Amino acid sequence: MFRRLPEDARPIIRLSVDGRDIEARRGDSVAVALLAANVIPTRTTPVSAAPRAPFCMMGVCFDCLVEIDGIGSQQACLVRVREGMQVATQRGARRLDPG
Amino acid sequence: MSDVFDVIVIGAGPAGMAAACSAASNGAQTLLLDENAGPGGQIYRAIAASPFRSGRVLGHAYWVGENWINRLRRSGAAHRPRTTVWSLRASGNGVEIGTLSDGVAQLLRARQVVVATGAMERPMPVPGWTLPGVMTVGAVQTLLKSSALVPHGEAVLAGTGPLLYLFARQLVAAGAPPALVLDTTPRANRLRALAHLPSFIASRYFFKGIGLLAAVSRRVPIVRGVEALAIAGTDRANAIRWRTEAGWQERRCDLVLLHQGVVPNIDLWSSAGCRAVWNEAQACWHAEIDSWGQSSEAGILVAGDGAGIGGAEVAAIRGVLAGLQAAHLCGCLDSGSRDLQSRPAFQALARLLRGRDFLDAAFLAPAWSRVPEADTLVCRCEEVTMGDLVAAMRDGASGPASLKTFSRCGMGPCQGRQCGLTVTEALAATLDRTPTEIGHFRPRPPVRPIPLGALATIPATDEETTSVVRL
Repeated sequence: MFRRLPEDARPIIRLSVDGRDIEARRGDSVAVALLAANVIPTRTTPVSAAPRAPFCMMGVCFDCLVEIDGIGSQQACLVRVREGMQVATQRGARRLDPG
Repeated sequence: MSDVFDVIVIGAGPAGMAAACSAASNGAQTLLLDENAGPGGQIYRAIAASPFRSGRVLGHAYWVGENWINRLRRSGAAHRPRTTVWSLRASGNGVEIGTLSDGVAQLLRARQVVVATGAMERPMPVPGWTLPGVMTVGAVQTLLKSSALVPHGEAVLAGTGPLLYLFARQLVAAGAPPALVLDTTPRANRLRALAHLPSFIASRYFFKGIGLLAAVSRRVPIVRGVEALAIAGTDRANAIRWRTEAGWQERRCDLVLLHQGVVPNIDLWSSAGCRAVWNEAQACWHAEIDSWGQSSEAGILVAGDGAGIGGAEVAAIRGVLAGLQAAHLCGCLDSGSRDLQSRPAFQALARLLRGRDFLDAAFLAPAWSRVPEADTLVCRCEEVTMGDLVAAMRDGASGPASLKTFSRCGMGPCQGRQCGLTVTEALAATLDRTPTEIGHFRPRPPVRPIPLGALATIPATDEETTSVVRL
């Protein structure tokens, strides 16, 4: 869906998405990393399980919600990638974990 | 809390950076809060950490942002990035701001607050607009500015407004021209814009606009007079259909980028009770402010495109004025010095606003893509269609708040930011009332989601702790 222009010389950062390793660049947001690695959809909705992906990239739409390092419903467009970050896409409504 | 700042500025786009600079350089103890990792806002997104080293792709107007970053660094204002503001409240002795940084919540206090939370793209509810592979033009421009990403495959740009063509040209310059531009600008706009033509020709926008159109039309096919749009696909967008006078046509594509202008972000200032006024020419809410940016709430000024759309340069000027007034109101700057310093800003403002009326009239989004047909989603979060809204109105919903109760529209994680404007216009159109009579969503704190655990750790006095507990 997207490709990186060759003039981008920023260092590579590695992170994991649903257990799969992907490469991003330093300074990328998590949403950028997901789009660049063609991770689509990034969530399915709680209401009808419809597929969604980042839409506004500026913190307005909340369509890019993902789990980052164990914390759910983070806005992927507002969080920068870090080496070793664990990202999980969200499926449908959240389950409450008793205890 | 012990921390009382003279001035807190919210948002580090052109207006916020300018306000922080002018307040701090006049001796006000100033803090600039911003949600993003670096200053610049959306227009100068990632300006301090851009993957680009030359101006070839993004153009000169983007790199102007560097001047503001340098001025901000020298100004003495403290800058706190990656900070979400989730509440704003004016009280008798200043303004209280709820913040969240790195999972830690705080309540900050300031004598004066400048809200510079900028604009967002006008919602463009067309069939299929929630599919993966459909994004806003501004979103994909952010990918380009911050991470040098360009569409791979067939990208179709659809909508109206200068940004549609500016971004098409940037993609051409980046070697990734879009496959097609579908221009939805209504033909009737031309007639309305004609009345403002003389001032437009005299403005700086005129030659810029002509050059932009010529550059894009040389490389990209443009279909004008588009009267309806629908995006097709199941798991992601794979085709776009459009209607002109000649009937419906369809084209396979990988990405659809939508844009129909920008509108102020009203959530934060309206949650603090600052009054909004409906701007008929731009079909959106503005903050009710005086020439300095003073809102209807004491202690809160609103500056930049978040107060009313004028573009980056106008936003910076209004930021300067709000910063000077904030410094004056907290006692750092006497009125004579304020007036002297503000004179060039007021003069520049008059010059920069020339030509805006033409742009507003020429690029007002068509009614069909502002208030959609029955089966189109209005609320992306709760998946509420226009038909659901009309049914709720039939059941008695008469305003944004009751519509929310009846339909859940605006009750998802975005808290009505994305659908709010559509809701006002849908109610007005269906009930045959004016947007002013209808009003807008009234966000309540927390206006951004915040973990309960973070909220619970905010230090509170005994009086605050017991204020809601009857013992």
